[in-house]
Amino acid sequence: MAPAETENVVMTYRDAVRAAIRDALRRDDRVFLMGEDVGCYGGCFAVSRGLLEEFGPERIRDTPLSEAAFVGAGIGAAIGGMRPIVEIMTVNFSLLALDQIMNNAATISHMSGGQFHVPLVIRMTTGAGRQLAAQHSHSLEGWYAHIPGIKVLTPATLEDARGMLWTALEDPDPVLIFEHGSLYNVEGELPAGAGPVDIERAYVRRGGSDISLITYGGTLRTTLAAAEQLAAEGIDCEVLDLRVLRPLDTAAIVASVARTHRAVIVDEGWRSGSISAEICARIVEGAFYELDAPVARVCSREIPMPYAAHLEQAALPRIETIKQAVQRSLGGHHG
Amino acid sequence: MLRIRRFEEKCVELYSAARIRGFVHLYIGEEAVAVGTMQALGADDAVVATYREHGHALARGVPARSIMAEMFGKVEGCSRGRGGSMHIFDAATRFYGGNAIVGGGLPLAVGLALADKIRGVPRVTACFFGEGAVAEGEFHESMNLAALWKLPVLFCCENNLYAMGTALERSESETDLALKASSYQVAAWSVDGMDVLACQSAAERATTAIRGGGGPVFVEFRTYRFRAHSMYDPELYRSKEEVEHWKQRDPIATFVASLQADGLVTQDALDRVEQEVTAEIEDAIAFAEAGSLEPVEDLARFLYTEQN
Ligand SMILES: Cc1ncc(C[n+]2csc(CCOP(=O)(O)OP(=O)(O)O)c2C)c(N)n1
Ligand SMILES: [Mg+2]
Repeated sequence: MAPAETENVVMTYRDAVRAAIRDALRRDDRVFLMGEDVGCYGGCFAVSRGLLEEFGPERIRDTPLSEAAFVGAGIGAAIGGMRPIVEIMTVNFSLLALDQIMNNAATISHMSGGQFHVPLVIRMTTGAGRQLAAQHSHSLEGWYAHIPGIKVLTPATLEDARGMLWTALEDPDPVLIFEHGSLYNVEGELPAGAGPVDIERAYVRRGGSDISLITYGGTLRTTLAAAEQLAAEGIDCEVLDLRVLRPLDTAAIVASVARTHRAVIVDEGWRSGSISAEICARIVEGAFYELDAPVARVCSREIPMPYAAHLEQAALPRIETIKQAVQRSLGGHHG
Repeated sequence: MLRIRRFEEKCVELYSAARIRGFVHLYIGEEAVAVGTMQALGADDAVVATYREHGHALARGVPARSIMAEMFGKVEGCSRGRGGSMHIFDAATRFYGGNAIVGGGLPLAVGLALADKIRGVPRVTACFFGEGAVAEGEFHESMNLAALWKLPVLFCCENNLYAMGTALERSESETDLALKASSYQVAAWSVDGMDVLACQSAAERATTAIRGGGGPVFVEFRTYRFRAHSMYDPELYRSKEEVEHWKQRDPIATFVASLQADGLVTQDALDRVEQEVTAEIEDAIAFAEAGSLEPVEDLARFLYTEQN
């Protein structure tokens, strides 16, 4: 017997994404999943395993290695009345489709004077940390958030992995969903009938009064772990999960900083010209007089990601570097 | 071929022992292609490869030591531990990577050949890629440019029938890849990629044509990978029977058998080769084990060219 809708089920982040896709395919026949190896192979991260058997090759559509063409075709199909979920294996390969995303998906509604709409969802894996080296370790979600006309989601929890897709598919405009590669095996509990979640607001994942740690996606867990350790030292961190990088929930950022008067931004992306820079700017614009210390950032080192484990770890935000940034910001003045 | 086979078998062990990490794509089953082709290249020629490039690097003459050290993430590795299995670079042998973006090496090869052509240097650039890359725009744009400008590129398409789990007939409307290439006015033909001598003569015929100023050549090598796409995959996309069928055509076993049938090699000689190979690989592992880690202070080195 299937568990009752409200009963909690143990599952992984991967299961949650799969359940979200399955829900969507059942709910709406305009929905189909398209991408490299989503069918026969079962998805390069095993997210879509079993869906081909359940829904058939028309709705679980394997594509050739042609990112520009199948992303563009997803845009066309969305304009043509479908609700495609396009999967790009990883953000690294989305660069081959960047023209379609930026010049078509993001522009057509506005450029056509509101005549055409692109209700498309593009999902992709992002991030580093698995020794895959420079060409397979990019974190470009913040960079995509630069583009007006698309929305950028970064589900960091099972609940968001399950619920964001639903809302994204109801959105009349293109939505990009970034799933951090380190999250797929994370286990948690979720109600069997977990439903849609909003794709507008940032959430406070941990309340605190001394400092705001602002993050999203793959670094949420690291940041929460750092906050936990800092709590043992008597430092009470608030952790804000942005969830959505475009449009940014500026009000939530400003409100958090107004409560704590200090902020550290944790972002796996590079620092220069980045989403962390943008958040910093919003704080300066909206909460300048609330600040007791300069805003600090913990980002990836500005280099292509190296293969060797010790170099890669040194290049990424870590619990240790987050703690140091917090301690510097507090400068011994807390408590 | 045996060097490559044994080297990669060791890689599997070392991966299981967590000495090597990241993505590792094995060439086992496809060795004849790289080995045969490299015979047709001179020391001045250039090679561009993919993430499945241990075999190409070894056959090209990149020392086993520096490849192994690279996979161990050591500073003695050919890319100082920054690249790993997918990014073997070696200036001494004009080995230009190790590219992990499917199709990413093709335009690069076109450019290397363009530089040679402009400078009047009579060299060939050999570019290896899988049949999966043929679906990418970069393949088509590169074929056209190379043909249009009559550039000295040898396009080596390693058709192992699958791009991860996608079979050729599920990704190409026209599965005759040589025909496809010839639509760009590129001389193109196919060859049995399990037969090292056939690979060699196909490559020699191609390089002779290229050196004669005839512009690029495309060779489709019909081959098969015996192992998973990467270190592990559930292989839901092909049958055990199919894999077994291709293993009957193992390029090493069949070549040895034909040498033996013709009385060209003794068991003694074969044993000696096996011992030499084992010794070389053991030495490479010992070298990699003994290697050092790049100091973390040097993390940002080489982001830009170091001028001294
Ligand atoms: C542009 C791009 N898309 C997707 C991938 C993921 N990927 C890596 S290898 C591969 C299959 C490539 O197949 P093929 O070109 O036939 O080479 P083979 O692996 O069979 O040697 C895929 C899909 C990638 N590396 N680059
Ligand atoms: Mg292939």
